[in-house]
Amino acid sequence: MEEKFTPDSQYLVQAHDMKMYFPIKTGWFHSKPLKAVDGVSFDIRPGETLGLVGESGCGKTTVGRTLLRLYNPTGGEVYFDGKKVDAKSIGGLRKDMQMVFQDPYSSLNPRMTVEDIIGEPLDVHKLYTSRQDRRDKILHLMELVGLNAEHATRYAHEFSGGQRQRIGIARALATNPRFIVCDEAVSALDVSIQAQVINMFEDLQKQLGVAYLFIAHDLLVVHHISKRIAVMYLGRMVETADSNELNSNPIHPYTQSLLSAVPYPDPKQAKERKRIILEGDVPSPLNMPSGCPFRTRCRYATDECKAKMPPLTDRGGGHMVACWNK
Amino acid sequence: MGISTEPYSPDKTPKKHPLSLQLDVSKFEKATDEEKKQADVMSESTSFFRDGMRRLMKNPLAVFSIIVLIAIIATILIAPRVVPYSYSEIITVNGRRDKSATNLAPFTYSKMEQQYMAQGGKVFPHIMGTDELGRDYFIRVIYGTRISLTVGVFAALIVLIIGILYGSISGYFGGKVDLIMMRIVDVIYSLPDLLMIILLSVVLNEIIKPTGNGLLARLGTNMISLFIVFGLLYWVGMARLVRGQILTIKQNDYVLAARVSGAKSSHIIRKHILPNCISVIIISAALQIPSAIFTESFLSFIGLGVKAPMPSLGSLASAARSGITTYTYKLIFPSIMIALITLAFNLLGDGLRDAFDPKLRR
Ligand SMILES: Nc1ncnc2c1ncn2[C@@H]1O[C@H](COP(=O)(O)OP(=O)(O)O)[C@@H](O)[C@H]1O
Ligand code: SF4
Ligand SMILES: [Mg+2]
Repeated sequence: MEEKFTPDSQYLVQAHDMKMYFPIKTGWFHSKPLKAVDGVSFDIRPGETLGLVGESGCGKTTVGRTLLRLYNPTGGEVYFDGKKVDAKSIGGLRKDMQMVFQDPYSSLNPRMTVEDIIGEPLDVHKLYTSRQDRRDKILHLMELVGLNAEHATRYAHEFSGGQRQRIGIARALATNPRFIVCDEAVSALDVSIQAQVINMFEDLQKQLGVAYLFIAHDLLVVHHISKRIAVMYLGRMVETADSNELNSNPIHPYTQSLLSAVPYPDPKQAKERKRIILEGDVPSPLNMPSGCPFRTRCRYATDECKAKMPPLTDRGGGHMVACWNK
Repeated sequence: MGISTEPYSPDKTPKKHPLSLQLDVSKFEKATDEEKKQADVMSESTSFFRDGMRRLMKNPLAVFSIIVLIAIIATILIAPRVVPYSYSEIITVNGRRDKSATNLAPFTYSKMEQQYMAQGGKVFPHIMGTDELGRDYFIRVIYGTRISLTVGVFAALIVLIIGILYGSISGYFGGKVDLIMMRIVDVIYSLPDLLMIILLSVVLNEIIKPTGNGLLARLGTNMISLFIVFGLLYWVGMARLVRGQILTIKQNDYVLAARVSGAKSSHIIRKHILPNCISVIIISAALQIPSAIFTESFLSFIGLGVKAPMPSLGSLASAARSGITTYTYKLIFPSIMIALITLAFNLLGDGLRDAFDPKLRR
């Protein structure tokens, strides 16, 4: 029997052995589970940021959405502020858990004004006493994210990508949440705009004490904002460590290859550090390799890796790595 | 294996991280002034609706059809008040039945009328002549147009309401619900509509015998069964369209954002899904009207239409068949009317589609 998981009160968000399998039709009556997320655990303290990185398709978005119970998880538990998140309790927790989306175009309804987009969570939870109060709250939110209050009655399509993302952030902040999932919230933006928006996320965290799960496929972006970073590969966590520790001392071969792909400002440094080019493609999550999911592309792979899945083990100071040979 | 893992150390550069070539720390400040300036030169705020109307008004064919439709509607509303005849009334002169006033050509008068006019009486001209029973043909065409338009609009409304309800439930909830609902649609789609109308009107004639003087009683059971069949069969096309639209719109992150905010399904359908597919729905409803008018005309033409003496454009055309060589105008007037209405609605529908949903353009 598996031991029972008990939530720890020092954490705001705790995911324990979270699993999300999507049934994929293989025929008229048959389906096969696509293991988008397969046993992921992590904790986030109040006001803290956990970065989540990994290649596209490794299940980052699914982690974020399952956490907010937009999907019905196949297994595992999620606790928010010590309360178990399930179909019953989620209604009362929606106010506290929000999300910022990747695509600044599809995340804003083209038929709604900025005011109504930001006001929607206020409307849903009836968080105002009068029309004027609603308007004041919306204008305050717009100011908070650096939007010009005069544009409240405009439509989203009239704004640039960066401004649209600010609108999405203002919407996420409307209910005064304690936790926000930022799903590649800056990936679609120009590099210079990315910097502004990330900076804003940090400012908002300082001001409001909100915790983030900051998802990106780019280690650079995550490194700047996160206290801790988790690296995902094919629906599993392969390494978690403090942000600086992970950058200076990556242990898992996959993390090493990710870091080696980071562009360096100093050509000498860049030379010193050889790029590890990963061979082969990411295996399909429908056809997971046995044992370690990374073994098809890992140069340290041994027979042991083929036979057994490596568990996450502590390599000192909370640096967790799932690898047999490193 | 020669993998260097220590090309930099974050401790050495506390402010500017060497990794931040792209994310230069010095750039990390709010560019609100700059952004505001950028925002100030944005184009005038235009709503979706106003934008579409402007595009619609630039389309000459659409504007032409709007004018034609307005003219037709104005005529059928005003004419019965101006013309002193009624659609079922046989022409009388000075209180006496005018037997000579049958099958008159447009703008001609019968002998009795000419005599009466010679004596100084006033006779309203027969703009389209008279029919074989001596009824003013213009007013019959006007009433026929009224009936045909009413049938078209009501049938489109029925289709619209049922189609939206069914399609949005199926598309929004998806999964098994969708599967079952769409199989039902497939079955209905395969039923022969004309046969159903004929069978239903026979059955309805037996079951309900509409009495009194209400509009339905005057229209007759054929029309009722036409409406019923529209309600039972013709909504499936609309339901499929609505479902398809909703499936696409559901993919958008703003729907997910609404769920994250805790919005209920009804809120999401009302605020996000319907506003984003309403233009497509209205456009195809506009295209539904001429098709209903056409169906009604066809049914009346084969004798399954409105009950006499109520005219419809189809029954007028049908009645005109007998004298087609001698009194060609009697076929021409209702036919032109049918053509004008269907053409105008079709062109308007196309114009609306181009103006409000450029994606749908082929
Ligand atoms: N709703 C879904 N139904 C079926 N498969 C899905 C669904 N969402 C994601 N997947 C699959 O799960 C895997 C992980 O996807 P995702 O979480 O979007 O990855 P990431 O965000 O890291 O790019 C992918 O293989 C994707 O095809
Ligand atoms: S467990 Fe084996 S295959 Fe997996 S990363 Fe470690 S060495 Fe590579
Ligand atoms: Mg993603």
